[in-house]
Amino acid sequence: MLSPTLDRIIGSRRRRARRHVLVVAILLVLVVVIFALTLSLGQSFTRPGDVVRVLLGENVPGASFAVGQLRLPRAMLAMLAGLSFGLGGAAFQIMLRNPLASPDIIGISWGASAAAAFAIVVLSLKGPIVSIFAVGGGMGIALLVYALSSRNGAAGTRLILVGIGVSAMLESFIAYILSQAPAWTLQEAVRWLTGSVNGAQLGQALPLLMAFTVFGALLLSRTRDLEALRLGDDTAAALGVDVARTRIMIIVAAVGMIATATAVTGPIAFVAFLSGPIAARIVGNRGSLLIPSALIGAMLVLSGDYVGQFLLPSRYPVGVVTGALGAPYLMFLIVRANRTGSSL
Amino acid sequence: MTVHSLTASQLSVGYGDTEILHELDLAVPPGKVTVIVGANACGKSTLLRAMSRLLSPHRGHVLLDGKSIHRTPPRELARTLGLLPQSPIAPEGITVADLVSRGRHPHQSLFSRWTRKDDEAVDDALAATKTSDLAERPVDELSGGQRQRVWIAMALAQQTEILLLDEPTTFLDISHQVEVLDLLTDLNHSRGTTVVMVLHDLNLAARYADHLVAMADGRIHVSGTAENVLTEENVRRVFGLESRIIADPTSGRPIMLPISRHRMVMKQDLKESRP
Repeated sequence: MLSPTLDRIIGSRRRRARRHVLVVAILLVLVVVIFALTLSLGQSFTRPGDVVRVLLGENVPGASFAVGQLRLPRAMLAMLAGLSFGLGGAAFQIMLRNPLASPDIIGISWGASAAAAFAIVVLSLKGPIVSIFAVGGGMGIALLVYALSSRNGAAGTRLILVGIGVSAMLESFIAYILSQAPAWTLQEAVRWLTGSVNGAQLGQALPLLMAFTVFGALLLSRTRDLEALRLGDDTAAALGVDVARTRIMIIVAAVGMIATATAVTGPIAFVAFLSGPIAARIVGNRGSLLIPSALIGAMLVLSGDYVGQFLLPSRYPVGVVTGALGAPYLMFLIVRANRTGSSL
Repeated sequence: MTVHSLTASQLSVGYGDTEILHELDLAVPPGKVTVIVGANACGKSTLLRAMSRLLSPHRGHVLLDGKSIHRTPPRELARTLGLLPQSPIAPEGITVADLVSRGRHPHQSLFSRWTRKDDEAVDDALAATKTSDLAERPVDELSGGQRQRVWIAMALAQQTEILLLDEPTTFLDISHQVEVLDLLTDLNHSRGTTVVMVLHDLNLAARYADHLVAMADGRIHVSGTAENVLTEENVRRVFGLESRIIADPTSGRPIMLPISRHRMVMKQDLKESRP
């Protein structure tokens, strides 16, 4: 039986899917373009041909140092951190159905940052062990916030308020560590409080790449369950989603990638918070927000770092730029939530 | 259509230390419409949530075809047993067809592709709930009655043989309440879907139920046909309310008329009936 509605349903579903692919492709191209621009634009302009030759390992006088030693590690870190913050942040926001429930608002990024700062500044540790500290700190804070807010089952608003309180505590804890440290420098302070990719080295990108690949694959494998969770926990359970198990997997994966990135760049302000809502504006109802959010995150960090370095009167770390973008949006969300009287 | 049996045996359920249901037994008649009624906080919704795996029992079992639903993989269970919770959430901007297609979730896995069968199930669910014309509309723009039909369509797209609904008529005006209940009765008649729902309105419950279950204090007070359950005696026991029961001239089912302290023209009669 051929029903005209059936054709319409199939047509609109395919149209949505095609547009989703198109949006992702455009965002991907934009990330690549911005990445390439940050390699060739700096204090001086490097011709694209020279950039490619440096990337291929040739020694180009006047370009090898600027591109290979300064810009490439920086851009790699910025891109990977942005992807991780964007994807992990959006996963939290979708899972808890609230844009305020992003890891940088509810204290998880601060937990990772405090643990990393403690490991580096106080214990004088270096390398992968710092990432392990950061992941442990992020997980620990996630558990703490969850335990403090999950009385009687209901989370929601309380989770966010508890998280904001925990964030404030951790922020002052970081300031305390930094002030006690013998080798106190402004660079370090800025990294652990607002996030920065200054002094990036290519070797630092490897753990980020690994964490993003492993945890990203885990998160993306839960895409459909996350979509079901948007209908409410009860509806998702009725549709056959094991809600508790899915939630644990998503928390582990999102915290894992965000904490690993935070261990290197610090908690780059508001990237996790902003990427999902921006992606939602662009993608609309055409499909999953996960991959678009990751790409938006990469764009935010790459372009934020470029703006901070070259387009402002003095040089600022990337977190200052993204923080300036994020703060007004946070205020907007809180004002809107107050006005509508909804539970945020 | 094969007929599945859903039963609760010696079921005790609660939140934390508070026990809401106490050693409750219930056999849902297959292929019939079962309606659960009771006063606020008597455990109606808790029973529905426990019967659909949303709550784990402290003691006792919920059995689907003799097998504990808490031992059945969630996806497998969701192909036989559907639930429409009290307040599902429609993501911002989602279209009707997209929302209804979410009902196909338990029929898919990580690697299986969306097939024509899935599209047909969505089309079928839209047609059955008369929402085909709304397919491309955003759910946020619909009226309350339309939205409830769309949610029912989502549950239908799941193609389960048992469908549980938690107060499907809340927040609807009376014409939409009747529309939704007629729709569920149609589904029961045409597809043999076993329907179990919690309703607030006793008269609508009596009209639509093949099997009426009255709960009080976490136990089943009485169950059976509407005529046997909706009696003045039971209304007094379950709701603490004096009432008269008359026969509905259009459906023949019992109707409950509450007796209030005011506006009484037959005061004499009331005094005599009080103990």
